[in-house]
Amino acid sequence: MSARRIVLTSGKGGVGKTTTTANLGAALAKRGHRVVLVDADIGLRNLDLVLGVEKRIVFDLVEVVEGRCQLRQALIKDKRFETLAILPAAQTRDKTAVSEIQFAKVIEELAETCDYVLIDCPAGIEHGFRNAIAGAAEAIVVTTPEVSAIRDADRVIGKLRERGLPFQLVVNRIRPEMVRTGDMLSIDDVREILGGEVLGIVPDDEEIIDTTNRGEPVVLTPDSRLAVIYEKIARRLEGEAVPLTVLSAPGFLSRLFGQRKAG
Amino acid sequence: MHDVQPEPIAAAIPKPRGRAIVITSGKGGVGKTTTTANIGAALARTGASVVLVDADVGLRNLDIVMGLEARVRHHVLDVLESRASLDDALVTDKRVSSLRLLAAAQTREKDDVDTQAMHDLVNTLRERFDYVLIDCPAGIEMGFQNAIVGADEAIVVCTPEVSAVRDADRVVGLLGNREKIWLVVNRLRPALVRKGKMLSVDDVNAILRLPLLGVIADEPGVIVSTNKGEPLALDDANPTGAAYRAIAGRIAGTDTSAPVIPTEPSAMQRLGAFFGGSAR
Amino acid sequence: MIDFFKKIFKPEGSSTTARERLRLVLLSDHLSLAPDVVESLKLDLIAVISKYVEVDEAACDVTFERQDSAIAMLANIPILAMKTRPPSPPPAPSAPPPAPEPPPSFGTPATAKVAEEPAAAKPPSAPRRKRRRRRPAVAASLGSAAPAPG
Repeated sequence: MSARRIVLTSGKGGVGKTTTTANLGAALAKRGHRVVLVDADIGLRNLDLVLGVEKRIVFDLVEVVEGRCQLRQALIKDKRFETLAILPAAQTRDKTAVSEIQFAKVIEELAETCDYVLIDCPAGIEHGFRNAIAGAAEAIVVTTPEVSAIRDADRVIGKLRERGLPFQLVVNRIRPEMVRTGDMLSIDDVREILGGEVLGIVPDDEEIIDTTNRGEPVVLTPDSRLAVIYEKIARRLEGEAVPLTVLSAPGFLSRLFGQRKAG
Repeated sequence: MHDVQPEPIAAAIPKPRGRAIVITSGKGGVGKTTTTANIGAALARTGASVVLVDADVGLRNLDIVMGLEARVRHHVLDVLESRASLDDALVTDKRVSSLRLLAAAQTREKDDVDTQAMHDLVNTLRERFDYVLIDCPAGIEMGFQNAIVGADEAIVVCTPEVSAVRDADRVVGLLGNREKIWLVVNRLRPALVRKGKMLSVDDVNAILRLPLLGVIADEPGVIVSTNKGEPLALDDANPTGAAYRAIAGRIAGTDTSAPVIPTEPSAMQRLGAFFGGSAR
Repeated sequence: MIDFFKKIFKPEGSSTTARERLRLVLLSDHLSLAPDVVESLKLDLIAVISKYVEVDEAACDVTFERQDSAIAMLANIPILAMKTRPPSPPPAPSAPPPAPEPPPSFGTPATAKVAEEPAAAKPPSAPRRKRRRRRPAVAASLGSAAPAPG
């Protein structure tokens, strides 16, 4: 049976597509699924960096498309998760190096060998975006509760609807204390404005910066509330009805001493 | 009969052309638009004439960050395709009269913009304004190419995160030779730097090797300011606003101080912030 | 008093401003109309309806809704009272006034579905919310409260 082919997109850059792709992929692999992560951001690749495999890149997506290597030669097997592999993007080219048809073909080939193909889409709605969605059958729209991000997500959702691609939302970097004081849009606001189902809510958490620096998916960190959240997102993606985590604002003492409590 | 030498015409002293500066990064979401809006507002407040150009065709946000979205009637492509005059398209800021915005088209694509036409437009704007600030989209494709054409100077915005630094490095390479390329480090979290969990400004610049224009600490107030469409540079009480105003001063040459690298707030400051709330 | 409680339970911070601004911007983006044209559209719509019934202008709300690939504009216009003397029927239409020059390239064109709604036969006893929806040439009387889609 062919894999589920999911593109993670947003329109706006920097809202956490790559982080979500990496961590959701790792969470799915941890649950035993065979997962391939594809970096579609040709020219500005980062999925490799976030997963800490940047030194192991031998071949990349463009070389596969140009027939200079086999697909399996370009796939990097993750050392921490048996069933996780990454197909990196090229760094010294740009997105026009690959056509939609070529990209879709690579994804199709990958889909024969695994359970999930997660495609990390670049920012924007141009060539790179069109390539990324060409390979996909469904989408996860990643956004933050900020005006620019939501506006861009709306635009992307319009494009997805044009293509008939179903989507779900992941709302990233929410700050419950700011939502409470009315300084940040809430999940309900985001849901109302964009439409669609919420697949997951991820709080703003410094931990991500540290784990990205080290090239370690956060699901590897013991006692991490983010790890729990990504695992829940994975379960929801599988179809399980997992209630959304209620995020509370940190208490007085933890705020004073700068700690963040698990929500 | 001898030739009558014509009177020499006094050579017209050319008005110095305005400066065209592109604000770019490679990586999306690091704060290009916020930086463009705030630097522009800060420069305009000193009396300079400033035009902000949104080069992010299809995903425009400079208008909404500036709080001017309701005033946009025409955009760059209207001007380039001769459906509107430049004056029709220029939106005057609500607060600072010497500040104008030229919005991007929302329902078009970056490939629709002709690079040469964009270059000519920037040149035209330089005749009219002291500063032309161009907000570059994420990426390194057509949108980026169109944004950098015509800009003699560049500001690279980078957050202290590995992906951002890597992308900024690529962009510096692609910018090639410009009169000036500066670095602005955005969203620094001094507490994390101290704990060794975040790259420091020095770490970032060890790779990028650019003259440092300024460092902006991560601050929730930016989210509030975007919600309201009120750039912090116009808020005299706000320290981030002050940092942007200092950056503007360095660009203009009126501020010769070295950029201050924010340090961890003290417990007392944190206490004050707690009772004052995160809203500014 | 209600406002006081509203403030306690739902703080009015910058997120409220953000929501309102986003609504206008997205409406404008979707319809490919400049924001001030969208504003004028709303005001004109309310003005036209006000010719026939008295409306609570402050409570009028005009939003949009995606319906598959089309966009429908929904107007929620509270009626306060019927006008005692309805206006005389309009004269035969002459050349329409020139519309303001629209911005270029429409994305997904909004399907303009206009319904002609006859004036109500009897005055309502209490303020009623009237939902006016643009539909293909189906006359719907004011008395039937058409449910909102979705």
